[in-house]
Order: sequence, then C-alpha cells, then structure tokens
Amino acid sequence: MIRNRVLFVLMLAAFVAALTLPFLGFAPNRLVSGRAISLSEALGAGSLTVFLACGALLFAACFMPQGRALHLLVLATALAFAVFLPLGAGTTATSLVATATPIARVSLAGGFWIIELAAVLAAGDALRRLEAGLALKAAAVIGVVTVLVFAAVSGAFDQLSLAKEAANRREAFADAVQRHGFLVALSVLLALVIGLPLGVLAQRRPRWRDLIFGGLDIVQTIPSIALFGLLIGPLAALSDAFPDLRRIGISGIGVAPAIIALVLYSLLPMARGAFAGLASVPDSVVETARGMGMTGGQILLQVEAPIALPVLLSGLRIVTVQAIGLAVVAALIGAGGLGSFVFLGLGQRALDLMLLGAVPTIFMALGVDFIFQLLLGIARRTP
Amino acid sequence: MSPLTMALALALVALVLALPHLAPPMHWLFPQVERPVYERASFVELILSHLGLVLASSAAAALVGVSAGIFATRPSGLEFAPLINAIAAIGQTFPPVAVLAISVPLLGYGGPPTLVALAVYAALPITESTIAGLTAVSRDVKDAAEGLGFSRLRMLGDVELPLALPIILTGIRIAVIINIGTATIGSTIGALTLGSPIIEGLSASNPAYVLEGAVVVALLAIFVDRLFEDGVHWARQRSGASP
Repeated sequence: MIRNRVLFVLMLAAFVAALTLPFLGFAPNRLVSGRAISLSEALGAGSLTVFLACGALLFAACFMPQGRALHLLVLATALAFAVFLPLGAGTTATSLVATATPIARVSLAGGFWIIELAAVLAAGDALRRLEAGLALKAAAVIGVVTVLVFAAVSGAFDQLSLAKEAANRREAFADAVQRHGFLVALSVLLALVIGLPLGVLAQRRPRWRDLIFGGLDIVQTIPSIALFGLLIGPLAALSDAFPDLRRIGISGIGVAPAIIALVLYSLLPMARGAFAGLASVPDSVVETARGMGMTGGQILLQVEAPIALPVLLSGLRIVTVQAIGLAVVAALIGAGGLGSFVFLGLGQRALDLMLLGAVPTIFMALGVDFIFQLLLGIARRTP
Repeated sequence: MSPLTMALALALVALVLALPHLAPPMHWLFPQVERPVYERASFVELILSHLGLVLASSAAAALVGVSAGIFATRPSGLEFAPLINAIAAIGQTFPPVAVLAISVPLLGYGGPPTLVALAVYAALPITESTIAGLTAVSRDVKDAAEGLGFSRLRMLGDVELPLALPIILTGIRIAVIINIGTATIGSTIGALTLGSPIIEGLSASNPAYVLEGAVVVALLAIFVDRLFEDGVHWARQRSGASP
C-alpha cells in the first residue's frame, strides 16, 4: 500500500523521465542540434549506482510507515539528489568534451530538468510534512545553493554549454547582469517613492481610490511591449524639442522609456500593497494612538507602518519579481540587460546565447522571491 | 456587456478596419517613414491570429487548471494540494518571456510553440484560483447540499463550482491578460501576432508600425479586461455574493 502518494508520483515522473528523455545533449558546435545522451550513458557506473540507491531509497520510503524520522531521511536524500545530479552532469560534460573538439557543446536536456525538479519538489514535500519552520526551510535552500555555487566557482560546470557561453562573453554578460539589476533596482525604488504615497492617498481619501486603482489597472493591462512602444514617440519628440534632455540620456529608445514603463507597471502592485497594508491596521489601534495625542504623521510612521509592513513587503515582492521579467522585454527598445541576449539568441538561432539571457533572469526572480519570503517570514514573526 | 465594454469593442473594430486607409495621417505624423502603414499582413489577420493563440492557449489552460484545482480539493487529491500550489507559485515566479524563450529549444520556432508556452504558463494562476475558490466554499453550504442528498458530482457541478466561479474567473482573467501580452512577444519567435508590426517597426526603425501595433494590442487587452470585469460581475450576482 502506498503511504506517501505525493513522493510516489514524483519518483514515478523522475523514473519515466530517466528512461525516456535525453539527460544531456551533445553537439559538435554551438549552432547545430546535438545527439541525445541518456542518463545511464551520461553517468559512469559509480555515480549511477549512487543515484539508483538514492532513487530506490526514496521509492521505498513511499511504502514505509510515515513519521518524522522517515521524512528527515527523505529530505536528506532528496537534497543530496538535487546536489549530486548537477555535479554528475558537470563531470560527464567535462569527460565528453575531452573526447571531442573544444568547441563541442554539452547541454542539460529535458530529462535532467525533470529529475532535478522532482528531487526539489520531493524535498519541499518532506519539509511540509515535517511542518518545518522558517529556519529549516531557509537552511535547506541556502545549503543546496551554497554547495552548487561553490562547485560552479571551482569549475565543476565549466564544460556545460551555458557556462561556456558565459565564459566566452564574460564582459558582456557581467555588463548585462549589472544593467538588468540597475533597471530593476531603479524602477522599484521610483515605484516605492511614487506608489507608497498613492496607496496612502487611496486609503485616506476613498474618493480618489477608484481613480488611482482604475487608472493603474489599465496600465497593468497593456502588454509590456506595447507600452514600451507607445513611450518611444512622445519621448523622442521631447528630446527633439529639448536637446538638453538628450544630453542626460533621455530619448525615445534606451533606458529612459524602459524605466518609465517599468515604474508604471510597478505602481499598481506597490500602491495596492500600501493600501491593503494600511487597511489591515485595526481601527482601534489608530484610535488609541490618536487618544494618546499622536499626530497623523506619527501615527502613520510609528503605528500603522509597522503593522502594514508584511502586506507591503508582499507587494514589493510582486513588484520586484515582475520588474525582473519586464526588464527582459525592455531589451527590445535598446535598454540592454539580459533580454538583449534572449532576443539576439532567438534572432540568430543561437539557443545557448538565448539561454544565457533567459536562465539567469529565472534564477534572479527565484532568488529575489526567496529573499522576500524570508523577510516576510521574519516580519510576520516580529510583532 | 456594459456600455464601456461595447464602446471599446466598437473602437477596436473601427480602428482595425480603418487602419489600411490611414496612410495620409500616419504619413503626416511620421514624414520620414516611406511606408507608414503596416502591410505585411492585414490587421484583421493579425488580430484574428493573436486572438486565436490567446483563446486556444487559455482554453487549454483553463481545462488543465480547473481540473487540477478540482483534483486538489477532492478527498483523494487533498494530499497533493500543497505540491500543486507550490508548483503554481514557483512557476509564476518565472518571467513569462523566459518561459516563451525556453520553449524554443524544446519545441522550435513559430505559432505552435508559442501556444504551448502560453498554455503552460496560464494554467498556473488558473489552478491557484480554482483551489482558492473551491476551498472558500463554506462547510455549511456543503453540509446543507449533502443533507439534501446531493451526489458528489452534483455537489461539485451545482454548488461548489458556481460559488467558486467569481474567484476562478479572476484567475482566468489574469491568465488571459498575461497571454495577450506574451503572445505579442511571441512574434520574436515567429508567431503571427499584433506584436509583428511592433517588432518589425523596432528593428527597421519604423515608429509608425510600432504605434499601430501598440495601439491595437493595448486596446484589445483593455477590451478583454473589461469583458472579464463584466463576467465577474455577472458571476457574483449569480452566486449571490456581495458585489
């Protein structure tokens, strides 16, 4: 009888993926599509045995009587699995490239991603069954990420195609990451400065509420690329009329329209976060503070803001994750950032180059999301 | 349809039909451009292709998402609810444009990969909202239906789903609006959409194409959003909840 059906389904998916999908792709150069390499072919006999043992253990765990000790064992095994799978892929890539020309490319294929995802989800499910607190969850994530980052720095993944592409374009890649971070940081900062007062205004003056949220709702609805496109004309006209603007970098294409559009998109979740945060403050608390003789400003900053903080933080989280994705599209109007690799790669049919833009944005979004979850957890705990 | 929605629909149709005849004013706006109206494909064709992609992918996503949400709230699937919620939450952290780009190595260029990428991404908010909507149906209502001798299937179809509909529709609305935007970017991987004039205009320095595509797709998105607003309003009235 199956006692843990979730783990069973995840293991089944990993097993089917291992049997039917390619684990790695092996191509003679970066432009042609490669030969599929299965899991058993990819891993040497030694690591294959370790993987099979881990898999068998997790499989057996589905049928055993459930308890904390077993959940801990599943957690440890799944995390080890999630760490060793990329390490094994990196080692295999190194030995494969050694047998071929230096321009040969080894890429991670569907099988790898599904097995890795199954391992991560199995670990997450074990954490939930353990009713793990914030500290254990954070430790699990930070532990896995630290090991993988350490391995990456020491060169374990250097022969995988994505790392090769990054190494070939080291400077451009560093610039793109920096530019992407700059676009996101500046737009989120500006959204905070403009969006917070809008949220406060909407909460204090119900008459303004529909106007503010209605207007921002419409902006949020417009497809990103259309908004970027719509800003080109007015900004170009503006910089034509006032050449001084062009000198400080404001023109129809580039960073200026990108930042404006990113801020416009960020205002709705930001103002909503501020509004919902303030609305979550009980009236009695505000009344008491007023009774103690505090001024409106004091009440807002010293009483309401701390209570509103968790809701505000989840608004900020949405804004930042969204901005990371929208900044990719901004590359189409010449704002640079990781999106330039995405669209250049798509246009040239150089898919490694495309992935060099797309994959880091995904990790950036996941990383920012994790940090905000952590902050949220802490903010909720401290009253 | 509310009057505002109707007006938006009329404006959209009028604009799409009028665009081929707008060369003179566009030429006046953009004197430096030789061909100021996009002609590679007609705007009727573009909007139909765009809507086709969005409708097909959203329908597939709604089928998958609502089914997954129903499964996760049945006694037999309850164990999977946290896993399904986790996948939906993590998946929505991915930038939509990154999901679109990643579909290319797996599925190739063109319309079909765009459709699949849109459907996969759109299924996530729909799953999430279906679980939220079905979970929010009060125990009392379900107990009452059970007392009346409703079968499980009838309970789901006649009680739970109608009550959850406003929340489910909110999820579908988010999915469709994201899909309209992502489909626009789909023209960078070879799908024919309203993004085609925008992308072509950007790469060929033709601001007229960019403006035309942007205005039409923005109007389309706002119209569809208002349509959902009307739909949610109707569903709320029907389920008897306060507006």
